[in-house]
Amino acid sequence: MHKKKTYTALESKKNEVSNALKKSIRNLDSYTHVRGESLYVDDVNIRQGTFHAVVFNSPKAHGKIKHIDYSKAEALEGVERIFTYKDIPGENQIGGIIADEPLFAEDEVHFWGMPIALIVAESEFIARKARQLIDIEIEDLPVITTAKDAKEKGSFINAPRSFSLGDTEKAFEECDYVFEGETFSNGQEHLYIEAQGAYAEPLENGNIKITSSTQGPTAVQATAARVLGVAMHKIEIDVTRLGGGFGGKEDQATPYAVMTALATYHLNQSVKLILNRHDDLRMTGKRHPYESSYKIGLSKDLKILAYQAEFLQNSGAAADLSPAIAERTLFHATNSYFIPNVSTTVLSCKTNLPPNTAFRGFGGPQGMFVIESAIAKAASEIGVSPREIQEANLLEENDEFYYGQIAKQVEAKNAWHSAKTLFNIEALEKEVEDFNLKNKNFKKGLALMPITFGISFTNTPMNHARALVHIYLDGSVGISTAAVEMGQGVNTKIMQVAAHVFSIPIEKIKIESTNTTRVANTSPSAASATADLNGKATLKACKALLERLKKVASEELNAPEKDIHLKDEFVYVNDKKSTLNWTELISKTMLKRVALTENAHYATPEIHFDKTKEKGHPFAYHVYGTAIVTTTVDCTRGTYEFDSVKIIHDYGKSMSEGIDLGQVEGGLVQGIGWMTLEEIAYNEDGRLLSNALSTYKVPDVFSVPKSIEAIPLETQGHEQAILKSKAVGEPPLMYGIGAYFALQNAIKAFNPNYKLEFHAPMTAEKVLMALYQNP
Amino acid sequence: MITFILNNKTIKTSENSGMTLLDFARYQQRLTGTKIGCREGDCGACTVLVGTLKNDNVEYQSITSCISPLGNAHGKHIVTVEGTNLQIKLTTAQNAMKSNYATQCGFCTPGFVVALTGFALSNSNHNYENALNAISGNICRCTGYKSIERAANEVVEKLQDKKENTFEWLIQNEFIPDYFKNIPQRLKDIEAKDLDQPKGKYVAGGTDLYVQQADNLIDNSVRLIAEKEYLKGISIKNGSCSIGTNATVSDLWNHSELNSYFPNFKKHLKLVSSEQIRNMASLGGNLVNASPIGDMTIFFLALNSDITVLKPDQSERTLALKDFYQGYKTYDLKEGELLKAISFELPSQQSYFNFEKVSKRTHLDIASVNSAIHISVDNDKISEAHVSVGGVAAIPKYLHETSKFLTGKSLTSKTILEASDILQNEISPISDVRGSSDYKRLLARQLFFAHFTESFPKQFTLNDFVQHA
Repeated sequence: MHKKKTYTALESKKNEVSNALKKSIRNLDSYTHVRGESLYVDDVNIRQGTFHAVVFNSPKAHGKIKHIDYSKAEALEGVERIFTYKDIPGENQIGGIIADEPLFAEDEVHFWGMPIALIVAESEFIARKARQLIDIEIEDLPVITTAKDAKEKGSFINAPRSFSLGDTEKAFEECDYVFEGETFSNGQEHLYIEAQGAYAEPLENGNIKITSSTQGPTAVQATAARVLGVAMHKIEIDVTRLGGGFGGKEDQATPYAVMTALATYHLNQSVKLILNRHDDLRMTGKRHPYESSYKIGLSKDLKILAYQAEFLQNSGAAADLSPAIAERTLFHATNSYFIPNVSTTVLSCKTNLPPNTAFRGFGGPQGMFVIESAIAKAASEIGVSPREIQEANLLEENDEFYYGQIAKQVEAKNAWHSAKTLFNIEALEKEVEDFNLKNKNFKKGLALMPITFGISFTNTPMNHARALVHIYLDGSVGISTAAVEMGQGVNTKIMQVAAHVFSIPIEKIKIESTNTTRVANTSPSAASATADLNGKATLKACKALLERLKKVASEELNAPEKDIHLKDEFVYVNDKKSTLNWTELISKTMLKRVALTENAHYATPEIHFDKTKEKGHPFAYHVYGTAIVTTTVDCTRGTYEFDSVKIIHDYGKSMSEGIDLGQVEGGLVQGIGWMTLEEIAYNEDGRLLSNALSTYKVPDVFSVPKSIEAIPLETQGHEQAILKSKAVGEPPLMYGIGAYFALQNAIKAFNPNYKLEFHAPMTAEKVLMALYQNP
Repeated sequence: MITFILNNKTIKTSENSGMTLLDFARYQQRLTGTKIGCREGDCGACTVLVGTLKNDNVEYQSITSCISPLGNAHGKHIVTVEGTNLQIKLTTAQNAMKSNYATQCGFCTPGFVVALTGFALSNSNHNYENALNAISGNICRCTGYKSIERAANEVVEKLQDKKENTFEWLIQNEFIPDYFKNIPQRLKDIEAKDLDQPKGKYVAGGTDLYVQQADNLIDNSVRLIAEKEYLKGISIKNGSCSIGTNATVSDLWNHSELNSYFPNFKKHLKLVSSEQIRNMASLGGNLVNASPIGDMTIFFLALNSDITVLKPDQSERTLALKDFYQGYKTYDLKEGELLKAISFELPSQQSYFNFEKVSKRTHLDIASVNSAIHISVDNDKISEAHVSVGGVAAIPKYLHETSKFLTGKSLTSKTILEASDILQNEISPISDVRGSSDYKRLLARQLFFAHFTESFPKQFTLNDFVQHA
């Protein structure tokens, strides 16, 4: 009886999802996307005489440049000029947080692929040929590729950061169980299908316009100005859309855009630089590999009383965004759990890898992997299921996050129990058990993965955005914001906000390109917060315009302003439709010389963080959810499939169900990729071995879970989310961590001797070795 | 002069035949819907269709234009995403992608649309499985594919009413624009003669050469052989089979008689790259690439195949495939010689063939280890055995000792375990990006066991060979 009821509940939820998907808004770019008519940087019509560029980069991970001979390359027909640090009129410096990264190497190289020069030629092909003709002599210096090695040698980006709550030392003494261990999680290549690229054009008076595939137009603008030694107003950045970003274009689109600007500055001619895939893979940073150690203490009733962790972040050769990413690792080190005594430290270790950078989750996933590993280890040692420990420690309302924020509107338990009930966890576990009893060549494993993810830039001053809204004479609307569209659907959401406020069809609204001359001094599109920040700014601007329009309508219709509202392109008075329609209203407003343009600024309220105390209220709100991951391992071959991932996700009140589901599914699969088949490999010399798509594998259509069910958690949403529709970009990635532990459980079912190791990704190689491990 | 139809436009160009079709379409013709993702056939963002005139019909296949020489378009109909567009409305495939939220950043999307359109145009069964095969070479980093699967499903549903492979039906049902109906006649009218072939590197499908040395091919002359009739054809006579080296993996896949001899043929070939690449990759190319893990090479080694070599003076010589390879990427082929055909005895009632491959990602990946076996059993006695294994030596390895040992033995787990030890002595894997040497040794053992559990499921289970469980 009970079973049947649960089944019905799930079916009805699935129906709700399916109905919502029928009605939900499609990404506004869908039409041009499917027709191949959407424009990316490499598709922009270029000016006559445009030059093409290729980056000459270091063939060594660390060394002193003894000698470079460009003469043969320069002599090649079609080569216009080769630019080096000597040609930089301003500062040879692109570091955003710490000024520790030159645009072009001067005397030393610090990673394999470090830019040394820009070859500008009539075609990319010629530039590439010229690159092969450059002779360089480098005297080798010692190469560091791992964080541990860097720590031993005292090589760091900055000072370590530590967060704490309670007294871990004392608490460990009171624990019934204490376990320690080490974990490793590897990096991850962004693999945006559109590689990094930019196109610079000279304007008059030495002004330069750069079309860039960047998540951070202002970072590009400011850095270009700094390198060229010109004022920011001389540099205009324009972004239509990105062919994927995932964090990889938050900071690392900048150098390539700046290089095109530098060449344009000198040549007074347009210059285009699109990295080929091999260059992109070799030269750009990735998700940070982490080597971590943990100590976890529990009571007899499985309460985690104390948790201590040290995170060694492999930052690469320069800071890039590493300090901010390290900070977020600490914020998410306890994932969805309340632990009364916590102390964590992160060290950003300087190595000779390309500077590692932002990647969906921004250090959060690395922190969560460690606590989940600690729980798995504890469960295995105590002899209980990990989910008993997970469940016993979930956050509750008014618990204190160990960085000081008091947890409000907490949905951790709600999500967890909804997942268990709705998907009938007992039945799922029974299924796995029965299968494993019956089958010898194949084993199944199951794991639960709860997530709690904070929304806001953890650097409080970055939480702001602006919107510029024009209503044109004919009633059509144009909106500019700081948001960069990269597939996440932010432009569609912003359009929905305006359509909602004005009550006009979306066809009347256009979202303009992201341009620094229209919206200036912006934060990058990152931290899942783009729709919240820019959507709220748009909301504010639209509401201000609406008030003006109402005033005009009130005068026209001789009715009090409070009785007026707009609906379906008509003015209503006391819910009665008037004859005044949207277009006429706009026209009247114009004749009355009332402004039809508004520029609004939004800054997230309430948030703050004191870095001297490492305490505060850094997040506007948190996103919650729980996933149940089931896998089947082929014990002959060590290969595996994911049977299903069942998710309860906290969307708040989703304003775009289709877009949000796409973020959940896409994030999950990217997370599974990170945990399973995506393996970055450097050799001891710091050369990238997984340097092509033939050696670095991201999920394909056959490797994704056979089924993904994502059911919304019923909640009230959050006031600080745009129209109560919570941020959705990053959190789902961390459901993928469950894949690692599901695989471990399947391996254990085959090989009772398997000693748990926490070394991601769990490739087919590691699975097979574990299946036949015999200590 | 290379002559072909690009979408709705007839092209005559004197560009280098070695230039990639992608560069020609994007930068010469400004068809920017064809995207550059990797330039090595691994992402599918540059997928286009190639229509070939066969009798009075045009048959379409999807390919990755980034590793396809322009010269191979000669006499064909090339379709980019723009060539599938209707005037204003979306096509059925486009609409399915849009309504199922299967496009996010949009960069991979045209490739998926073209691949799905190719699926609609193809003669294959219009079932869901084949629809997924059609997009198996397309990588999307945004969606997690579930929405794309839903779109593919919608396309399959819409194709259920399609009775014949007629352009009329597809045009009426808005899969393709109506200019397609004139393409067969237009292709006939072009009368594309053989291209003047300069001396230069032999290139067939180009799937390996353009990955490894595109820059050396695009401005140099290439000698295109993909269309050479004397290198084509699959013939089966008296239990033996001869395959021209120009045969693509898809030609094998689609050959119904071959499928009847190899019951798991499609399952095995599905492990070999993606549909786009299978449509291009020639058998000869796979053999002369001499990769130690060439899937088709391993496949044909276990069939104890012979290869026929065409000498510059047009005479021929034949040698065993297992004697062809001499060392890492070196083989018995002299300047000007060309692989013409491969021949082998087909599996019989008493013999079993199996192919195994494990890679980091199951599909569209290069093997860590692959292996094949052809074993004949007579009254529980192994009368003949041929075993090959890739990824464990400098060459694609025919296991002489293991094969010899098995021959004449009774088919028992003891025999297999002993053979497995011999196998271990015959291989010498190195650690690289595809796995550690320890892993490859273990995997070679496991795949060897898998040959027997797959071929004789009633007789052997994994437990007969290994501990645990």
